[in-house]
Amino acid sequence: MAKMTMEMSVNGELCEEEAPANITLLDFLRDKLGFSGVKMGCNMGECGACTVLVDGVSVNSCLMLAAEAQGKEVTSIEGLSKGTTLHPLQKAFAEFGGAQCGYCTPGMIVAAKAVLDENPDPSDEEIRFALAGNICRCTGYVKIVEAVQEAAAELRAKGGDHA
Amino acid sequence: MLPQFDYARPDTLQDACRLLAANPDAARPLAGGTDLIFDMRLGKKSPALVVDLKCVPGLDEISFDADGAMRLGALVRTRDIELSDRIRQKFSALTDAIDVLASVQIRNRARLGGNLCHASPSADTPPALIALDATVEIAGPDGTRSLPLEAFFTGPGKTVLTAGEVLAAVTVPPVPAGGGSAYIRNTVRKAMDLAIIGVGAMLVLDRDGRCAKAGIGLGAVAPKPLRAHDAEAFLTGKQLDDATIAEAAKLARSIATPISDVRSQADYRADMVEVYTRRTLALALSRAAA
Repeated sequence: MAKMTMEMSVNGELCEEEAPANITLLDFLRDKLGFSGVKMGCNMGECGACTVLVDGVSVNSCLMLAAEAQGKEVTSIEGLSKGTTLHPLQKAFAEFGGAQCGYCTPGMIVAAKAVLDENPDPSDEEIRFALAGNICRCTGYVKIVEAVQEAAAELRAKGGDHA
Repeated sequence: MLPQFDYARPDTLQDACRLLAANPDAARPLAGGTDLIFDMRLGKKSPALVVDLKCVPGLDEISFDADGAMRLGALVRTRDIELSDRIRQKFSALTDAIDVLASVQIRNRARLGGNLCHASPSADTPPALIALDATVEIAGPDGTRSLPLEAFFTGPGKTVLTAGEVLAAVTVPPVPAGGGSAYIRNTVRKAMDLAIIGVGAMLVLDRDGRCAKAGIGLGAVAPKPLRAHDAEAFLTGKQLDDATIAEAAKLARSIATPISDVRSQADYRADMVEVYTRRTLALALSRAAA
């Protein structure tokens, strides 16, 4: 099995690393590029902890080969904050108790960003349906939905998400 | 880590078929990866060569002809079907099925062709597409062939595809005015689960309100998705009411051979296939009459 040179843009920066063909995008982001904010939960596409955006759409990075992400734009949780300024979703999750142990949180927030990018004014039900692929063991989801609504309101007031 | 493999990314369909034909037991096509990578992780599949189909042009188009027939390239993302207003309006059974397929993250990657070729007996898209009278187009080293979707599956995880063949597209005849379709399934959990039974139905009413055409697909109640031909024939030409729908549901149940497994029991599935056939027919009827 040959090593390939994988090139992709991650959080706005062009990244290039040698890696074997069988590495998942999850392992490539964490182990090759150092983006440890992307979490491995089930490693089989059921829990959503590994959620990142690829060309703006949410995917389970554990079920994608890094090879498939070549030439694409990847956004992980690390890409949402700007320096020390938190993204409205991160701020809301912190303030509203949307995170307890925090393990599902990066994937949950990235998935929520994808929801709001597509639907800036979702109902609670629409949020729950769209986040069906993200499991949280701690919160019971109520605070997560509230945090997403809070962030949605702030983003609408700002005229959109420029992250 | 996943098992080791070589990765190829052909940019023509001929090259893809050639690579697959040259390595009959060792090569696997890769569409969205949500089944193949999953299977590799669990050790169920270990191809020595993964042939990524996503750079082959022309496989990912949704198109409609002048009569309203729909052609879905095998590499159409299930998410794009979900987001299509036209498909939701005209071929509701299919969007009903895709709405409940895993999660947004999965649907952003999973391709329709991959879902069909994985050939899970409990998959959601087959009963919906069977009810819609879908046909599959297969491309291979020797040319193309077409067959009804219900004939594509041969058993759990098995299709008629031979080495070197690739599912190229699914075509669906237009559902005329006076027609409606639906897919309803039963699952243990509210989300992220496999169907314990699934029923797709399509009904077309003529101007007198009689059934001009019926399509019924059953999932998770046999080694492969089924078409309920006898139930369809029974409904055709009749006025549809509770009694005729109930009788059709009995006929659908009579061809189901469900098993007991970790998710459900055979007798419950047998009872439910009848209940869900009634419900899905009723929903398709209300959409047809609307």
